[in-house]
Amino acid sequence: MEAAHAHESGTGHEHAHHRAGIMRWVTTTNHKDIGTMYLWFSFVMFMVGGVMALIVRAELFQPGLQYVQPEFFNQMITLHGLIMVFGAIMPAFVGFANWMIPLMIGAPDMAFARMNNWSFWLLPVAAILLIASMFVTGGAAGTGWTLYAPLSIQMGIGMDLTIFAVHILGMSSIMGSINIATTILNLRAPGMTLMKMPMFCWTWLITAFLLIATMPVLAGAVTMTLTDRHFGTSFFNAAGGGDPVLFQHIFWFFGHPEVYIIALPAFGVVSQVIPAYARKPLFGYASMVYATASIAIISFFVWAHHMYVVGMPVAGQIYFMYATVLIAVPTAVKVFNWVATMWRGALTFETPMLFCVGFLFLFTVGGFTGLILAMTAVDVQVQDTYYVVAHFHYVMVAGALFSAFGAVYFWIPKWTGHLYDERLGKLHFWLSFISFNVTFFPQHFLGLAGMPRRIPDYALQFADWNAVSSAGAFVFGFSQLLFLYVVLKTIRGGEKAEARPWDGAQGLEWTVPSPAPYHTFQEAPTLR
Amino acid sequence: MASTAHQPDRYFVPDPSSWPIFGSIALLLMTSGAVLWMNKLGSGAYVLLAGVAVLVLMLFGWFGSVIRESVGGRYNKRVDLSFRLGMGWFIFSEVMFFAAFFGALFYVRVLAVPDLATPDNQVLYPGFSGQWPSAGPGFKEMFTPMAAWGIPAINTLLLLSSGATVTWAHWGLLKDNRGQLKVGLALTILLGVLFISLQAYEYAHAYQELNLKLTTGIYGTTFFMLTGFHGLHVTLGAIMLIVILMRVLAGHFRSEHHFGFEAVAWYWHFVDVVWLCLFIFVYWL
Repeated sequence: MEAAHAHESGTGHEHAHHRAGIMRWVTTTNHKDIGTMYLWFSFVMFMVGGVMALIVRAELFQPGLQYVQPEFFNQMITLHGLIMVFGAIMPAFVGFANWMIPLMIGAPDMAFARMNNWSFWLLPVAAILLIASMFVTGGAAGTGWTLYAPLSIQMGIGMDLTIFAVHILGMSSIMGSINIATTILNLRAPGMTLMKMPMFCWTWLITAFLLIATMPVLAGAVTMTLTDRHFGTSFFNAAGGGDPVLFQHIFWFFGHPEVYIIALPAFGVVSQVIPAYARKPLFGYASMVYATASIAIISFFVWAHHMYVVGMPVAGQIYFMYATVLIAVPTAVKVFNWVATMWRGALTFETPMLFCVGFLFLFTVGGFTGLILAMTAVDVQVQDTYYVVAHFHYVMVAGALFSAFGAVYFWIPKWTGHLYDERLGKLHFWLSFISFNVTFFPQHFLGLAGMPRRIPDYALQFADWNAVSSAGAFVFGFSQLLFLYVVLKTIRGGEKAEARPWDGAQGLEWTVPSPAPYHTFQEAPTLR
Repeated sequence: MASTAHQPDRYFVPDPSSWPIFGSIALLLMTSGAVLWMNKLGSGAYVLLAGVAVLVLMLFGWFGSVIRESVGGRYNKRVDLSFRLGMGWFIFSEVMFFAAFFGALFYVRVLAVPDLATPDNQVLYPGFSGQWPSAGPGFKEMFTPMAAWGIPAINTLLLLSSGATVTWAHWGLLKDNRGQLKVGLALTILLGVLFISLQAYEYAHAYQELNLKLTTGIYGTTFFMLTGFHGLHVTLGAIMLIVILMRVLAGHFRSEHHFGFEAVAWYWHFVDVVWLCLFIFVYWL
């Protein structure tokens, strides 16, 4: 099956040659095809996970049980978390990496183009397992996305499917990261030193390191869960000398770097977009690189701030508190650098810039609530309340997701050859921005007032803000259909995009035509 | 057309390939089969085996393509460097996988088991001493922990020697001494197989005479999971070495182009180092 095409490779033909129909997508080794598949998969999962979130918010619209049983509610919060983290956000940024990194560094493709295909095609397998887990006896895992023992040991077959889904997602992430790291380290055009490459490549290189270091640890954690469930091991069983808290330690050793696995590529996108619309180079490039690396390294030493209330010596709590607060320093370096990039720039606010400025405001809010949560004494009060939910949605949605929207609007002219509808794009931003805040800002109040997370019912005094939050969530959810419409409209037509549609954008990716030809940089470009 | 010849200055980008989707189908069958099998539902074991068969087919096909491309001279220096970086990252990910299990071992030995013996927990588990090796306060049978200075010490010698023989084989390859290469590789495989056999014997000994099982509390858990995953990696490494030996017999590898050999040697040294940590922390201390 390989030989049929062997004669075509390396011929220097610049035209697209690929199989027709579905087999083009199944067998492709082209980074642009694979990037496109990642992005569509991510969007489909975003919709699936979004529907689950809306089920949760519908149930929470009023106190009392309205629509779903508590068991199903638990399954929805679990799958919503897993699908959004592993199915929507991470694949979106891998999609951007696939599409843009070879263009940014002047590489002909990813370093391991065949493995790249497999990295993608493992994701549908994991998605099938996760979705199937809803339909087996006992339903999907209802542990929350953190899969804590001992509840995870007691769950039904759905938990086994979830465990294997996590294994496969891990394989996909590790292979994808090895590919990205190798591509960046080995396939840069001559003259592009590490300290000259675009910030998006830097953030992805460091993210790839984090993924390769932590995904195997998560695989180990769920493997222990699996053997405790079926083979009589005692990792998380105190009677056998194990400890359920051990799971939390291993999980969060993965889980905290995972936060930055999601955030760092988002930082990379913002570092590409803001200079383009400020028409100034990124302020403090080198300090951005060092800040990114510092965040990544410190992220390995702060995991137990997720576990202040499980029982820990005070010295341990104080250490993890200070280490966590330390992360604010490099993060602040980045925020100040973005602001300084805009300072006295010739600013315009097209949709990508709106999303990135929105990111800047809301991510900073999420960062501040993170600092508050890092304080052990405060965290003991708000642990497992809606304050935590509000905090990480500010970072995940207004942080990672907004920058992903910004990235789509920023790069879609390069992908499709058309400019998107600016009016509709701005409408999408404002709808998202306002409804996001309507959804999640009240959750701070709910959490501080003591409303626990992951519970389908609540006391009457929480009713008003929950109704507001649910209303916001439905507006936010349906606003994303507008995003789909804008993307489809841009693919089907629209104003022709030039090679460099944004006059402030710099870099090799803007030297190739829009849409980017199927093969680019088969000969390494020369840098001026 | 002259341009159909390969262009060694250009980075090799493979043509579309069907092997990855075979791998995905294999993993779908394997995981769903394993779920059915572990929950004793239907014919899960057969689904699992079918998945393994598809995976083996995929590995043959995929590595076959890679070997044909490599022998066909399609891989230039830059591709070679990509393989080196990729293998390095892969081994790093394997290190982190073992780190999770070693972390679990250190955690239970230093924190969890001693904590179960503190006064707080005496109400739940009266008289529990918290001494390692321990199978936990709920485990009432007697068991004998595995001694370090019998078979495990011999196994340490075997694996360390195999690390030396694979390096000696590499020297043979570098000097174009094919005889030394073949003998070195064959010796390495022999030592590896011997190691695996002794591990199997040790497991049987533990189950039959020491009453030491996977279900023997946290000691049995950490002992069998750590040595078991290591043994699995040694087995994989030995299979990879056998493939490399067959390729050597088929005349593959040149003194200046043989990363396939080196990758397997790196992997072999990696399982060697993991074993040393196992010997120290699982068997000895």
